[in-house]
Amino acid sequence: MRNTLWETIAPNLTLLVISLAAFAAVIYALFLIGSRASVKWQGWLRYGVFLGPALLLLLVGLIYPALRTLWMSFMDKSSENFIGFDNYIWAFSIPEIQIVLRNTMLWVIFVPLLSTLIGLAIAYMTDRMKRAGIVKSLIFMPMAISFVGASVIWNFVYNFEPSENKPEIGLLNAINRGLGLEPQNFLLTPPWNTFFLIIVLVWIQTGFAMVILSAAMKNVPDEVVEAAMLDGASNWRRFTRVTLPMIRGTVVVVLTTITIGTLKVFDIVRTMTGGNFQTNVIANEMYAQSFRQLNYGQGSTLAVILFIGVVPIIWYNVRQLRLERTER
Amino acid sequence: MTTLTPAATKRKKAKDAFSSPIASGIAIVIAVLWTIPTFSLLVTSIRPEQDINTSGWWTFFVNPSVSFENYEKVLFVGTGVNPPMFQYFFNSLAVTIPSVIFPITLAVFAAYALAWFDFKGRDFIFFSIFALQVVPLQLTLVPLLQLFAKGLVIGETTLIPALGITGTYIPIWIAHTIFGLPLAIFLLHNFLRQIPRELIEAGRVDGANWFTMFTKIVLPLSIPAIASFLIFQFLWVWNDLLVGLTFGAGSKSVAPMTVRLAEMVGTRGSGWEVLTAGAFVSIIVPLIVFFALQRYFVRGLLAGSVKG
Repeated sequence: MRNTLWETIAPNLTLLVISLAAFAAVIYALFLIGSRASVKWQGWLRYGVFLGPALLLLLVGLIYPALRTLWMSFMDKSSENFIGFDNYIWAFSIPEIQIVLRNTMLWVIFVPLLSTLIGLAIAYMTDRMKRAGIVKSLIFMPMAISFVGASVIWNFVYNFEPSENKPEIGLLNAINRGLGLEPQNFLLTPPWNTFFLIIVLVWIQTGFAMVILSAAMKNVPDEVVEAAMLDGASNWRRFTRVTLPMIRGTVVVVLTTITIGTLKVFDIVRTMTGGNFQTNVIANEMYAQSFRQLNYGQGSTLAVILFIGVVPIIWYNVRQLRLERTER
Repeated sequence: MTTLTPAATKRKKAKDAFSSPIASGIAIVIAVLWTIPTFSLLVTSIRPEQDINTSGWWTFFVNPSVSFENYEKVLFVGTGVNPPMFQYFFNSLAVTIPSVIFPITLAVFAAYALAWFDFKGRDFIFFSIFALQVVPLQLTLVPLLQLFAKGLVIGETTLIPALGITGTYIPIWIAHTIFGLPLAIFLLHNFLRQIPRELIEAGRVDGANWFTMFTKIVLPLSIPAIASFLIFQFLWVWNDLLVGLTFGAGSKSVAPMTVRLAEMVGTRGSGWEVLTAGAFVSIIVPLIVFFALQRYFVRGLLAGSVKG
């Protein structure tokens, strides 16, 4: 077995090494030419070498495909005939897709909200805590785990044993049995199964919210907090009246960042339920339409709907950035 | 180091006054709750198959029996048409290394140009790239795949010929490079703009050209920012499923571990013994990177989201 393993790996390894070497060689050559070129030539060459590759890739690899997807969303399944808004009518009229849209809404509402709330609470509780490092590291750790890995982990937590004579090996159902409750098949019963999937992403994103908010809290001057303490403000009042207003901007950034990530969620649903049992979301349905049904029209339409979901966020972000730049 | 300045003593006092044992307690409880799922995966993966299926993982502590058979099985024994996990582990590495190096290199170049070259349309390009950051991958997926498979033909003119690279790592590398560029350029640009203007101008006066200035001044200064983004991109690529799944074109000889793991969850017959061991093999590398370089990772996250 190990022998044949090497046989597949060897050509792949060769490709890897050659590609890396070629990349390095091209860049080295360009720099060699660039640094020896005459001043006049260099003025032009620098755009080609430094800016050219990235712009070309973004143009051909992001902007052109995005426009083509938009065009494909008005075409039939094989992109041959123009069919107007039929795909969009399909997306907003058939019941299955309405469930998909509803679920996506649930994700987009609950994941950012819960992650940010829990993250905020932990950040505040650990703000002045000694040795908070380990606590934060543990809560932050799921950020390093892939969505697929997290799905395996949580599948195991939610595991359901159909036979009553066998012991439950899933943690939650073992607790259920221990408390004398009926074991649940968590991932099979709508609408709660969607919430059990949402928990997985909250588990991952809370650490992100916590780290960003915690850093923002560190920037709140000690003097301000001390003054509030001297005034006899309770912990809760100090939080809502002093800390929270001072980090409001960061809270918005965290909320929007998580919202964008949540809109695109695909791996968790695909791995844990395959989008069955009424747990489907846009990103997964888009994949199914494009790559399983091979209906490029409907797949593209769902991608465009997804994009429309992030447009307000893009607009808001660009506006913020412009403001910051003029302030500077 | 042991003598505290008055200001530091004051700060320390303030710290003590603020910290509440109840809040700390709750934080610790949450941290434990957050860790249990991952911990249960690790414990299960080192138990014998028989034990896993007949008792909860928590009974391990009453009746500890350790076996590394699951790892041997999942890493080196294939099932039917599927090669063993070791092959996918190698693929993950082979997919990730160029997918990290390529975008970072191109992004440092572009960020340098956008930060220090004066030309018309610079702000427009910068804002466009910033906006591209949040464009969902899904919006570009199918056309980009078609581009790799069939080339780019508009009307009668072939702009890009069919490349014949489908089923190799190359489409995955290129896709990751493209998708990683906007954020990388944005982060590095913010960093490079902070290089003092005098430094760049002094370089110009000394007769250094734009190319030597990059290698002598800009690159050494941007190492910390590069390190932050490196971890970011590494975790993103290593953990990615969608790009590997679609741009890998279903070829088992290039698919990364996430693709195989997702497939194992989907098929009946993959028992918990192989699933837990397989999942642990796939998460161990990012976990090591994460714990070893957490500081840089946090710095990258902060640069990416807290602005101003």
